[in-house]
Amino acid sequence: MKRLTIEQLLGVNKFVVDEGHPHIKVKKELCSRCESKPCTLACPASLFSIVNEELSFDCAGCLECGTCRVVCPHAGVAIEWEYPRGGFGVHYRYG
Amino acid sequence: MAEEKSTAIVVGAGPAGSTAAYLLAKEGHDVVLVERGTAPGCKNMYGGRMYSHALNRIMPEFWKEAPVERPIAQETITFLNGDQSVSISCQNMDWTTDPYHSFTLLRAEFDAWLAAKAEEAGAMLACGIRVDDLLMEGGRVLGIRAGEDEMLADVVILADGVNSILAQKAGWAKMFTPSQVATGVKEIIELPAETISQRFQLEGNNGAARLFVGDCSNGMQGGGFLYTNKSSISLGLVINVGELQRTSVKLCDIMEDFKSNPHIAPLIEGGEVAEYSAHLVPEAGLAMMPKLYGDGMIVAGDAAGFVLNLGYTVRGMDFAIASGEAAARTVIEAKTRDDFSERGLSRYKELLEQSFVLRDLEAYRNAPELLENKRMFKAYPELVTGLAGKLFTVDGAPPVHLMKMMMGQIKESGISLIQLARDGWKGVRNL
Repeated sequence: MKRLTIEQLLGVNKFVVDEGHPHIKVKKELCSRCESKPCTLACPASLFSIVNEELSFDCAGCLECGTCRVVCPHAGVAIEWEYPRGGFGVHYRYG
Repeated sequence: MAEEKSTAIVVGAGPAGSTAAYLLAKEGHDVVLVERGTAPGCKNMYGGRMYSHALNRIMPEFWKEAPVERPIAQETITFLNGDQSVSISCQNMDWTTDPYHSFTLLRAEFDAWLAAKAEEAGAMLACGIRVDDLLMEGGRVLGIRAGEDEMLADVVILADGVNSILAQKAGWAKMFTPSQVATGVKEIIELPAETISQRFQLEGNNGAARLFVGDCSNGMQGGGFLYTNKSSISLGLVINVGELQRTSVKLCDIMEDFKSNPHIAPLIEGGEVAEYSAHLVPEAGLAMMPKLYGDGMIVAGDAAGFVLNLGYTVRGMDFAIASGEAAARTVIEAKTRDDFSERGLSRYKELLEQSFVLRDLEAYRNAPELLENKRMFKAYPELVTGLAGKLFTVDGAPPVHLMKMMMGQIKESGISLIQLARDGWKGVRNL
């Protein structure tokens, strides 16, 4: 099988994006002081990246696993994490 | 605005929540089952297999109507090391006849079915509702708040999954540490049913379960899994989050590497990816257990940390179902005395101890620590594959007797004999 990029993998999923209501908020000023930034590697959807030396994050494509919330060295402070509002977010058709 | 009070509000229509709601409704109790997804199951994901015993006790012969995929006939554990692999396989046809030992199943379909059973029994299912808070007064749980709506109940059964923000907010659970949970990622790979049966040498609709340990997890604590569904394969990895804090490779890339591993690629060749999912797995057992019951609330399923991974069996759904059952029985008894205080609900723990839930977690309480042993994920797979590789190689080289071959391989692995004996002893005593 061909290797798939993360965009291709997320592309097969069904999502209902809650425009304007991100369920994860990142405090970038804290992240700028974080050296390891494990979220950029551990997030299964690869939604955290470094753009122009700054942490960039977008919740669209979030699989709602909670890995970022726990892998973060500043757990509970740098990442404000809640579930998407009812009816929004990823919609697994297989699971 | 507070509506009228029901007997129970169940938060989360997964296996624990739906089982509890089903049993309560069947006994004629007023129960509301609240689910944040638009349909039960649409937020849920797991590896791929449910052991049947727990549900079969509640709904005998559930497989006749439940959407199950394949009964598992074949169990395989494979050690991976580059081009080499060694597998231990076990087949038992008895597992594929009544009372079917275990089934692969897909959660979107299965959880929706189980929630529908609860609804049929009389539970009120409310989907697309995220519970934002517990209504509390002086440490006692009175109900829930979702947006503007408040709902009251004699008891709340909290079955909202591993990231139980509600239990954490209420102070019943601590935020887990990274090493107490693992991240599971999975791809559903579609293939024709006949191709799957032929490839895995399965008779008819029988299924296969495979676990992988070795370089699939990039040396980190974790492993791979493969389960055959009717016309798809569930392939994935589970890696401890404490280890992921130090990974140098993206998790999604480790997953794609796993797919192209020479021992995996032929199994999924020609398949089409239909879904990519991820979920946390509670791994620390008793060490991460929250307060299980208290004034006005009971915690069940993943929210209570009820998962048991022994390395060769991985169980979660049977624990969820049995804990949902224990929660329902507790509430039914509490209702007769109209006592939903901590004391009135203390029967929950007794029922969990009498059932396999706490008994098994207690019996295997050292398993999580054992599986943290780094040698399990690199040195031992290398040792086993190296030894087997030599055993089966014929190339005209001078003969080496088994004893010498084994000692040589152990020496090469860098594991001391004392360490090997200690790990072996710990393993057979604790697993």
